[in-house]
Amino acid sequence: MLSRTADHLFWMSRYIERAENLARLLDVTWQMSLVPQSLDAINQSWAAIIALNSLEEAYAKKYSTVNGENVLKFMVSDPDNFASIHSCLRMARENAHAVRGTLTTEMWETLNATWLEAREKTFDQLFNAGIGDYFEWVKMRSSLSRGTTLGTLLQDEAYHFIRLGTLLERADNTARILDVKYHVLRPHDDEGATDFYEWGALLRSVSAFEVYRKVYRDVITPERVAELLIFNQDMPRSLQFCMNSVVKNLDLIANSNSGETQRQGGMLHAHLRYGRIEDVLEHGLHEWLTDFMDRIYMLGNGISKDFLVPMEEAA
Amino acid sequence: MNFYNEMMDANGGVRAHYQGYDSWLKATPPERIARKRAEADLAFHRVGITFAVYGEEAGKERLIPFDIIPRVIPSAEWKSLRSGLRQRVKALNMFLHDVYHDQEILKAGKIPAEQVLNNAQFRPEMMGVDLPGNIYAHIAGVDIVRAGEGEFYVLEDNLRVPSGVSYMLEDRKMMMRLFPELFAKHKVAPVQHYPDMLLEKLRAVAPKGVSNPTVVVLTPGAYNSAYFEHTFLAQQMGVELVEGRDLFVKDEVVYMRTTQGPQRVDVIYRRLDDDYMDPLAFRADSSLGVPGILKAYQAGNVTLSNAIGTGVADDKSIYPYVPDMIRFYLDEEPILNNVPTYMCRKPDDLKYVLDHLAELVVKEVHGAGGYGMLVGPASTTEQIEHFRQLLIAKPDGYIAQPTLALSNCPTFVEEGIAPRHLDLRPFVLSSGDCVDMVPGGLTRVALTKGSLVVNSSQGGGTKDTWVLED
Repeated sequence: MLSRTADHLFWMSRYIERAENLARLLDVTWQMSLVPQSLDAINQSWAAIIALNSLEEAYAKKYSTVNGENVLKFMVSDPDNFASIHSCLRMARENAHAVRGTLTTEMWETLNATWLEAREKTFDQLFNAGIGDYFEWVKMRSSLSRGTTLGTLLQDEAYHFIRLGTLLERADNTARILDVKYHVLRPHDDEGATDFYEWGALLRSVSAFEVYRKVYRDVITPERVAELLIFNQDMPRSLQFCMNSVVKNLDLIANSNSGETQRQGGMLHAHLRYGRIEDVLEHGLHEWLTDFMDRIYMLGNGISKDFLVPMEEAA
Repeated sequence: MNFYNEMMDANGGVRAHYQGYDSWLKATPPERIARKRAEADLAFHRVGITFAVYGEEAGKERLIPFDIIPRVIPSAEWKSLRSGLRQRVKALNMFLHDVYHDQEILKAGKIPAEQVLNNAQFRPEMMGVDLPGNIYAHIAGVDIVRAGEGEFYVLEDNLRVPSGVSYMLEDRKMMMRLFPELFAKHKVAPVQHYPDMLLEKLRAVAPKGVSNPTVVVLTPGAYNSAYFEHTFLAQQMGVELVEGRDLFVKDEVVYMRTTQGPQRVDVIYRRLDDDYMDPLAFRADSSLGVPGILKAYQAGNVTLSNAIGTGVADDKSIYPYVPDMIRFYLDEEPILNNVPTYMCRKPDDLKYVLDHLAELVVKEVHGAGGYGMLVGPASTTEQIEHFRQLLIAKPDGYIAQPTLALSNCPTFVEEGIAPRHLDLRPFVLSSGDCVDMVPGGLTRVALTKGSLVVNSSQGGGTKDTWVLED
């Protein structure tokens, strides 16, 4: 497969996954903001989203205050913000457009129609119709895109690069959601009703509320939430689940240059496979997640270098 | 002017080959037709069958209007067209081989040598280069119009990178999806095997000694107006769609960059003009091409389709000589007519043209896509005066032709069904001695009342083209 084609596929799947995860993060923050609490606490969680994406500067250029409506406007439908859902859907579609010959008709039509529909909607329309509905829509479109990929695409190299993009992006995003929410939530520690709703919302943001109940059959505690999101190997949005799949797909596309990247992937995988939540918490969750995100970033770079960016003509 | 109507005869009766469609149309409720037309629009948008229009907002894509009344060609008429096309394209390929080798036709004085050798489209780099099967234009899109019963004229031989074949295929697919019952009633010759036929031809012209050639489609990129078609053809043929930056040349061999390392490329169906192909040989500012590809090509290590330098045969200043080419190379009389052409570089012709501007069609010698032309009878005095100045300033840049009474065909327009002018572009494929095409081609229709310009960039639409089998 052409390196450029692989590159577009990889980024196409990363962008649609990113749009979905952003919708999930904004949704949980929005829902949490509806639970009675101080305005400061609410605005703090909105500010965290801007910080999470390192967008403080770009945000400050447009808005002088941090509040729910401004952050939503900026992160949902601002075309100038390259990290907004709007921009992610556009980039997913643009990458797909560049390789539409490699995609199945169903995949292309899904991403194209998603963009065409997203483009039509102004923020005010979305907000008035219920922003929660929009987040559901983004999640469904992402699911549809994944579904058409699974259901129609030949499972060759193209499929492996798409899966790699999806899973790397998801691992990064789950780590981010956990990092930012754990931070905001941890200091309360009042064991009150607020806590239940907030942890519950966090679990729902990664579709893990029912999963938690099934796995632990017990009350929700922060430690178990972290354990579930990091170490559960059957939960499709957990770090370990993502890394299992990343390593598997990486093995399938291996070439003569990719040894080091494969080693890095394997190490990170082993780290999760044999890790324990007790050690993570002792080490400090934030530090541990930061290290994880760094390594995911490096892995993405390795994949770009070995497969996507043109290799030297050293054959 | 009286125009030939493809569907109705002069007395208002329906022609035999349209009777089936006509009775279907009369029996079908208008609401169903309206619903189906809306459905077609939606489907084309969703599938993204669009084209970019130059000069409009960057990256903006537009639908080419699709009309649900097909252009029907009876079998006998098509057979005669097909023979004419085979003959013409064969002669054009022989001409190209000749001008880049022994130049017999110039020595024989059939075409003024300076017309060929000083033509901007003549590529001295191609002198003496031998091509597989001596074929230059593997794909030709010949534009044909009808002026009367059995009276067909060739308007242009497009031998560089003719486009539109994807619309031909998508129009058929759409028509079959919307109105399957029509195809049950008519014996419409199939066209869907075009990509197969194209792949077969491309493989047949691979460099000598390559038994299982790697074929690719080379596109200028996603912002090209015909990008949809490039992806469509690559996908239908199951070959890679590459951009210039995906290819590189090492030791006069072309490779593409893949996730598993460099892979050799043998045949390139390129949808990129000569000028942009190789910054080392042609336009140095081109970032779309592949440095060094001309050398690889000259060495016979890769086949370009179409060949470099085909423009010298489809240039409007060479067009008037095509009937002579047919006589010279094939010793046959041309089956298809040429439109009588005034070459403004000749003082007598120029004088005639300037005196009759209001009746003539004036075209730029190197123009294409319906840009830079004057249709005298449909133009204002200012437009005519503007062209008069252009002609006087640069006579050798223009040719002129009588305004043909292009045939028309009933078409859905805002006010209902009304006749609109149309042309036909069959796609003619050549390899070795074999010249082939799928029945019919792309029918383009001028949607503006009275307009004779069918180009999609000028608001033209398309119709499904039916060749009826006996």
